[in-house]
Amino acid sequence: MAEPPVAVSGAPSGAPSSSPRLEAWRRRGAGLARVLASLALTFLGLTAITFVIGRVMPLDPVLAIVGDRAPQDVYDAMYVQLGLDQPLYVQYLRYLGQILTGDFGISVQTGRPVLNDLMRFFPATLELATLATLLGVVIGVPAGVLAAVHQGKLIDHVVRVVGLIGYSMPVFWLGMVALLVFYAKLGWVPGPGRLSVFYDGMVPPVTGLLLVDSLIAGNATVFWNAVEHLILPVSILGAFALAYIARMTRSFMLDQLRQEYVLTARVKGLAERTVIWRHAFGNVLVQLITTIGLTYASLLEGSVLTETVFAWPGIGQYITNALFNSDMNAVIGGTIVVGTCFVGINMLSDALYRTVDPRAR
Amino acid sequence: MGVGWRTWSRTLAGIGIAAGVLLGIAVQAATPPNMLVMGTRLDDIITLDPAEVFEFSGAEVTANIYDRITMYEPENLTELVGGVVESWEIADDGKVITFKMRPGLTFHSGNPVRPEDAVYSLRRVVKLNKTPSFIVTQFGWTPENVDELVRVVDDEHFQIEITEDFSPGLVLNALSAGVGSVVDELEVEAHAVDDDMGYGWLKNNSAGSGAFKLVSWNANESVVLEHNPDYRHGAPAMERVILRHVPEPAAQRLLLEQGDIDIARTLTPDQVKGLAGNADLVLENFPKATLLYVAANASVPELSDPKVWEALKYLIDYDGMATSFLEGQYIPHQSFWGSGLWASADAKPYTLDVEKGKALLAEAGYPDGFSMTIDSLNTSPYMEMAESIQSTFADAGITAEIVPQDGSALWPKYRARRHQLILARWGPDYLDPHSNADSFASNPDNSPEAGLTGVLAWRNAWDDPEITAMTAAARSELDLDKRKALYEELQLRHQTNSPFAVIVQQNEQVVGRAGVEGFVSGPSFDLVFYRNVTK
Amino acid sequence: MAVTAGQRSWLLTDTPASAFQARCQRTYLTWLIFRTNPIAVAGLVIVLTLVLMALFAPILTGGNGLTQNLAGRLQPPSAEHWFGTDQLGRDIFDRIVWGSRITLYIVGLVAVIVVPIGLVIGIVAGYVGGWVDQVLMRITDIFLAFPRLILALAFVAALGPGIENAVLAIALTTWSPYARIARAEALTIRRSEFIMAARSQGASTFRILTHHVAPLCLSSVIVRLTLDMAGIILTAAGLGFLGLGAQPPSPEWGAMISTGRQFILDQWWVPTMPGLAILIVSLGFNLLGDGLRDVLDPRGGGK
Repeated sequence: MAEPPVAVSGAPSGAPSSSPRLEAWRRRGAGLARVLASLALTFLGLTAITFVIGRVMPLDPVLAIVGDRAPQDVYDAMYVQLGLDQPLYVQYLRYLGQILTGDFGISVQTGRPVLNDLMRFFPATLELATLATLLGVVIGVPAGVLAAVHQGKLIDHVVRVVGLIGYSMPVFWLGMVALLVFYAKLGWVPGPGRLSVFYDGMVPPVTGLLLVDSLIAGNATVFWNAVEHLILPVSILGAFALAYIARMTRSFMLDQLRQEYVLTARVKGLAERTVIWRHAFGNVLVQLITTIGLTYASLLEGSVLTETVFAWPGIGQYITNALFNSDMNAVIGGTIVVGTCFVGINMLSDALYRTVDPRAR
Repeated sequence: MGVGWRTWSRTLAGIGIAAGVLLGIAVQAATPPNMLVMGTRLDDIITLDPAEVFEFSGAEVTANIYDRITMYEPENLTELVGGVVESWEIADDGKVITFKMRPGLTFHSGNPVRPEDAVYSLRRVVKLNKTPSFIVTQFGWTPENVDELVRVVDDEHFQIEITEDFSPGLVLNALSAGVGSVVDELEVEAHAVDDDMGYGWLKNNSAGSGAFKLVSWNANESVVLEHNPDYRHGAPAMERVILRHVPEPAAQRLLLEQGDIDIARTLTPDQVKGLAGNADLVLENFPKATLLYVAANASVPELSDPKVWEALKYLIDYDGMATSFLEGQYIPHQSFWGSGLWASADAKPYTLDVEKGKALLAEAGYPDGFSMTIDSLNTSPYMEMAESIQSTFADAGITAEIVPQDGSALWPKYRARRHQLILARWGPDYLDPHSNADSFASNPDNSPEAGLTGVLAWRNAWDDPEITAMTAAARSELDLDKRKALYEELQLRHQTNSPFAVIVQQNEQVVGRAGVEGFVSGPSFDLVFYRNVTK
Repeated sequence: MAVTAGQRSWLLTDTPASAFQARCQRTYLTWLIFRTNPIAVAGLVIVLTLVLMALFAPILTGGNGLTQNLAGRLQPPSAEHWFGTDQLGRDIFDRIVWGSRITLYIVGLVAVIVVPIGLVIGIVAGYVGGWVDQVLMRITDIFLAFPRLILALAFVAALGPGIENAVLAIALTTWSPYARIARAEALTIRRSEFIMAARSQGASTFRILTHHVAPLCLSSVIVRLTLDMAGIILTAAGLGFLGLGAQPPSPEWGAMISTGRQFILDQWWVPTMPGLAILIVSLGFNLLGDGLRDVLDPRGGGK
């Protein structure tokens, strides 16, 4: 692997052993327990850090509710109501207890349970991130393979430079320029937002994913409207994903193409196509899945910047706004959701890595 | 890099074309004729309960949902008239006011509007004791005595009694604020949990008798209103009004130009200028009472000298700012009560005069200036203003470090008197000069323990007992002409003797699609009316 | 880089006479490979240009980029103002040139903070192993699982906006992958023969870590760092865009885009010039990193 992606967690440790089946099951159970324990630890850390940050911030959660001009007695009443008069660890433990029962508290900025907010904002990001990753895979992987096969040729340089540009672009600036060109000047795509405003609320939310919901409701107008609104932000985020995926694919492929078995296969007279796609590509698949998983996870974080530019009511914007408004329930809730996705995708690709790649035990 | 860029943009364009062809997009779409769509900022809304709303957008929305006890109507923004009440009588001592209900009104629920609802609404404000409650509790109402002082007389009348010295004119004005909104007691109590008087429910539901009712409020996304076909002035022409959260002014402008929104509310001055030649769009100006000012914390040694205050006032480029980045949206104004309002004083004695500023600083003992921080909101136009002020202060040797921050960081600092210089804004809570005088001028107890955190004079650790006394005299004066004269005098004294430098007054620029008419935005932030809009 | 014939033979001889000569040789050979990669050289040129720009800012510009001229605001690019002027009438070219100092300051400071932290944690975890490894890696995991920009935002919000705090925040969100890389390297190195040899000669663990393990980890860390530079610049710009990075009137590029973005429709140059600057510089670092990886990392896409 040429460039380690952001995270490939838990490099296996301990000596390999070839014990009987029972032993293997016992070990697997112990392994599962360890994974769960480390997961719990990670969450504890996540919530604790977020909580502490939230409390040491110079922003005042009480003022976020009562407003700038509140008289002192109103302020004091809210201070007690929020439980801020309790010691920090009491607040934290109380909060943890609530989370375990599925209660993330009430958000200051929306006046609604954080859980409801997350169920509304997260699907918006999910839709965006999923499509952007798909775009990145569909274009990025073939481009990367092509570049690797034609290493040093023009196509390779184009893929590399284009990839690097995509990776170096300030995404908020690109977003603004794209809106200006494709929406304002050319009128090919609709403006910012998830839907044209008059379609708002026309399909009942089931999954929160507009594409799915509109299909469930059988409303083609809303579906196409949602698709149109997705084109630009998906292209922008997809460009970023594409750049990274193409780049990693190229470098994984180069690794493989240098291996002896490729040479052997070629010598044996196998078709170049078979060599590249069946053999070499088959072998990078696992690494590639890890990379794609990580890209997906980082997009799920919600690109605050893209969401700002496209007035996209996603989780990134939600958490950022919450942060600015000292809405700590919302910040912690959002962080936990995003953290879960990250850890989950990481573990998934890790598991895949282990089952498929014999070298990783 | 040139090649790469071109390839790149071609790729993007290719995707766009492909998608466009695929879908056969006809994107240019006007909004439906019976629907008003506005682009604005909605991120400040935290509640739509009229007893708690104190944010700009929230106040605007509730103003269109709830009729108030007294009101300013869009047809005449200078005349205070009855809202749910038809008339009132003031007792001779000015302490008791009896209101007669307007007959035949109903709430959105179909319930009749009764005197009990008005009384319930006022008591609810006092008992919930949320931020804006001070507007009525200043009359001497407390959760304990309000049941007695605000009372139902009979099927048509209710009465309020005040225990503090206030001019009845002021009291009637205060009842036209958001806290004077009349809620549907039966509907609200039906949704009450424990003794919360419907507090949990009314946050994002409505129970009013105004021109519109709330359909939905999605935080940071949109507010949707539906018209009330039985409204007392007739059903509003717009069956739906949608406020859409579009934080980027540039995006708002694009939406407007494309016809995806009918009205853009928060464009920058430069963008309004850029739209000047567009025949599809119409610009409207609405003078607002909102003021932007710089204040000096008098508890900071360098800033305790009135000579320094005056020097600072000569070191601000009022005209330079007003004719450049503020042009069109802010007009120079230097007293604490906005121009165009009753009893305002329009004198503008200060202009940028570096020499005079320097001389005053030298007199105060700072010939070489000093170093200070300026706290400011981190948005436009505050940042540009702060940078302009920073640069003119520097000409007189004052080194100012700008500390830009979000409101949620700035306000705690301001309320705790931890700032040095601050650039901030202020809008009156109701259209009586007392609203501003009470905050800018009056400071009955300057001690840190007093904790008058809502009062600007206290926040800046400044008290002038004479000016405080003048404020009290003006608020309780019964004779209208005398009262007016008192306020004018008060403003002029305040202008030259206080650590406040009022710089400009807001002028709201609203750009709409041609043909969209009847949108009215009054001087205070909760006087915005959608009900007369046609298109 | 002009090299005389004598120097060249000294650099390429098969029998280096000293350790110093051997080290010079290695560097020179690396350079020779690097030189053949046009993309990498382009990256190097961009980065060097940035450094020179920062160094000679006073000579390159007519002012300090802070002088306001409200009468001459929002002027389009011209002979007098190459990149036009901004909303307060400041010369954008001047501001971009002076802003290069801030950019370098940010990436430099982040590197100085991140590399030692990542190296120390990673090497100790990898070399010592056992429960130390477990604890350190759990901490690393927590930081990895955190949404990056959100963690940075939270730290800046907690510490107050400002460039130093932005740098600290970025560093806090960036160190964890370095710890992982260093750990992975340390894991492989610790079983290698020369470490055994060093240990058998009685070298202390500390000495082995600092003298033998760390230098070997360094090359992959440096490659990663160069590739991350672009990300760091973009994160800093993002923080500036959200009003939490460098404070006015300082000409940080992200903040320039942020305040200039409202002018994109009528005065495109105001946000576009700093946008291009960010694009080019992060591209430069990426190209350089890509090239370095080809050369330094034997497992990478080199020859």
